[in-house]
Amino acid sequence: MNAAPDTVRFEARAAAVAAAEAAYRRGLARTRLKRRLLPALGIAALIGVWALLVYVLKVPTFVAPSPYLVATTLVAKFDVLMVNLLPTAIESISGFLLGNLAAIIIATVFVHSKSAEQAFFPVVVLINTIPVVAKAPILVLLLGNGMEPKIAIAALICFFPTLVNMVRGLESVNPQSLELMKVLSASNTEIFFKLRLLNAVPYLFSALKIAASTAVIGAIVGEWIGSTTGIGALIIQSTYNFDSAMLYATVIVGSVFSVLFFLAITLAERLAVRWQPAA
Amino acid sequence: MSAPAVDCRGISVRFMSERRTVTALEDVSFSVEPGGFTSLLGPSGCGKSTLLRVVADLIAPSEGHISVLGTSPAEARRGRSLGFVFQDAALLPWRTALQNVELPLEVGGRRALPAGAATPKELLALVGLSGWENSYPHELSGGMRQRVSIARALLGGPRLLLMDEPFGALDEFTRDRLNAELRRIWAETGTTILFVTHSVYEAVFLADQVLVLAANPGRVAALQPIELPRNRELAVRDTAEFVAIAARLRAQLGSTH
Ligand SMILES: Nc1ncnc2c1ncn2[C@@H]1O[C@H](COP(=O)(O)OP(=O)(O)O)[C@@H](O)[C@H]1O
Ligand SMILES: [Mg+2]
Repeated sequence: MNAAPDTVRFEARAAAVAAAEAAYRRGLARTRLKRRLLPALGIAALIGVWALLVYVLKVPTFVAPSPYLVATTLVAKFDVLMVNLLPTAIESISGFLLGNLAAIIIATVFVHSKSAEQAFFPVVVLINTIPVVAKAPILVLLLGNGMEPKIAIAALICFFPTLVNMVRGLESVNPQSLELMKVLSASNTEIFFKLRLLNAVPYLFSALKIAASTAVIGAIVGEWIGSTTGIGALIIQSTYNFDSAMLYATVIVGSVFSVLFFLAITLAERLAVRWQPAA
Repeated sequence: MSAPAVDCRGISVRFMSERRTVTALEDVSFSVEPGGFTSLLGPSGCGKSTLLRVVADLIAPSEGHISVLGTSPAEARRGRSLGFVFQDAALLPWRTALQNVELPLEVGGRRALPAGAATPKELLALVGLSGWENSYPHELSGGMRQRVSIARALLGGPRLLLMDEPFGALDEFTRDRLNAELRRIWAETGTTILFVTHSVYEAVFLADQVLVLAANPGRVAALQPIELPRNRELAVRDTAEFVAIAARLRAQLGSTH
């Protein structure tokens, strides 16, 4: 028996594999670090170019502030900014929930009744063709000056993409899976909950990610028309006051909120959809 | 003698559309004995899948009469006497292998597992997937996915297993192995199998009779009994008998064009 040479060869190969694995993991870590670092670098470059342009071209402050001025405004006016973010956040999140819930329910109705889909889908498309800036005044007239019209605008803006994606997700089930359900004598309710709904989840999340940012836009546009608080109102006020630093600070707060909203949905997606290979 | 597992008399299936009517099957008659293994062999488009779907009560025939396990296809389906294996495995991607095999226990009228029937875990073991219970379909190879789908179709001990080109998308090595294992599973479970394929070798190796279908319109060209030993190894495909039967079938297929 020449067990000894075999053991030696085995150990040598194991060592080679371990080395390759370590190298692979190092490479992976480097790619991950790069993926985090590069966006930060891009943003830093943008701020750098902005600062440079303002400085070199001697741009007056009421036209465009320097990044430094914006940063100090962000700190100094933090309270005011947060007080105004609150209504915008409430409006966009409520609108997000309402609009998407309505879209999911109506998609469910459409999938169960072709007649309902044929009757009402054109209506939905028609309403969707009206631009937000045109819908907003109509809703303000209808719902008054409170949060309601802003929530309605945010909801409307979320509604359409989610409806379309949800209908597609519910309908695009694998035909063989559908046949399987029929061989198993599954009821329509069982087919809906065991097959269609789960099939729609990835479609739903790609719509929700779009909706997370558009809901914030909807709320802000709503606040442009008749509102004294909120990110939208603050944008209008600082523009009229030629307070460019405040304008920029407000915009930054609004978009940071938007990004956080988007990231929350992405996180929820990662928790909910665990059956797909990581992209 | 017991009633045939499948008995088709003059089955025709027509698909109508605005532009034209396709006659997928015309006057198809055949019968399958209980416990038998029958291959449905024919070129693509000759109506093999359509015939299997008629048996599974997924399509109603335009003409003719069919009985399945001594009753109507709908009754057989509702009684959970049928298992169906699809070409693409049709696993639900959000369910693990084990959860996919358990699906028949969660839907439809008859959910309870009959006394003494193999459990989902045992069926995964039967198809050689012990240890893979908690893997998701995307983590399994094509051959393993099809094994899961066979385990799912076997749940509850169906008396008739319908398989629509289950190994058509697999590489040759995997297909050979699964062919051998399917013979073993058939022998172990004693279920009747109707197996669609367009491979002459697969049809002959697996079955004890081959129903040859011709296309345009789909009809029965021949019913060929396969007289090979019941216990078959893959090597049987190199024997003179096997080669002769395959040659005869190929001639029958060729003469139908
Ligand atoms: N649902 C359907 N609607 C219209 N034509 C169909 C449908 N299913 C099958 N066919 C037609 O019937 C014929 C037989 O199809 P199929 O049974 O799938 O053949 P095979 O499985 O032998 O390849 C083909 O010409 C196909 O186009
Ligand atoms: Mg087919």
